[in-house]
Amino acid sequence: MKFTHVPGRNAKHRVTLYALSTCGWCRKTKELLDSNQVQYEYIDVDQCQAEERTEVSSKVRELNPRGSFPTIRIDGEVVAGYDEDRIRELLEL
Amino acid sequence: MSTEERFSDEVIKTYERLKKEAEEGGYRLNPDKTFTLRLIQGLLENENRYGYWCCPCRLAFGEKDKDVDVICPCYYRDSDVEEFGACYCALYVSDEWIAGRKKHGSIPERRPAKFMRDGFSETPAPPQSLAPSPQPLSLPVWRCKVCGYLCARPEPPGKCPVCKAGKDRFERFM
Repeated sequence: MKFTHVPGRNAKHRVTLYALSTCGWCRKTKELLDSNQVQYEYIDVDQCQAEERTEVSSKVRELNPRGSFPTIRIDGEVVAGYDEDRIRELLEL
Repeated sequence: MSTEERFSDEVIKTYERLKKEAEEGGYRLNPDKTFTLRLIQGLLENENRYGYWCCPCRLAFGEKDKDVDVICPCYYRDSDVEEFGACYCALYVSDEWIAGRKKHGSIPERRPAKFMRDGFSETPAPPQSLAPSPQPLSLPVWRCKVCGYLCARPEPPGKCPVCKAGKDRFERFM
């Protein structure tokens, strides 16, 4: 799985974002992380080809059984969807 | 959010057409224009990738008959706008949502899990069985699976006059 690493001054938490490049809520999630200088890694699953797409989407379903986007892992917690309050809470923003 | 973000003429033209059609049909596009233009850009990208307007917030299966329920406007739009004030990707919203009386953010996925990628097992939205009509109909009745529009004619219309969904998204209702 090829993740894009986004550097940031706020590296208190390990943040992994599973997204779709075309999705508005995924974009909002990236903007929320970026504007708070959060360090994270992400993958746009719709940009993945055949085997990788299957591999990544089963990983997403493992974390979030509905397999919906965005799926955000913050340390050991999983947030399904753009839930700004919950993301802020977990990231202590 | 970048104020410098540029969109192609095709995206802007599509936005204007969808906005007009939405308002004529009693729907509302999301008034956050940048958010909406990005979604439309995603729809056009999906048109190029898959040949149809798969929802920008759902991972396409890549085969039209397996994604037919999530081609925009999707079968879940009206119920989601009614319940949450916005459809799944928030391209279509309600006045209540615009006024801030509904929470803005992701909503639960209404699409049945069995239609999702890799969990797919049958054709989406099988027609419900209906009681036989007491009298034979002079014409079949067709139902638009997107908005519920009904019409009695030999064949479904080429395009739904209310929501503009294509002919292949009609089902025989009676």
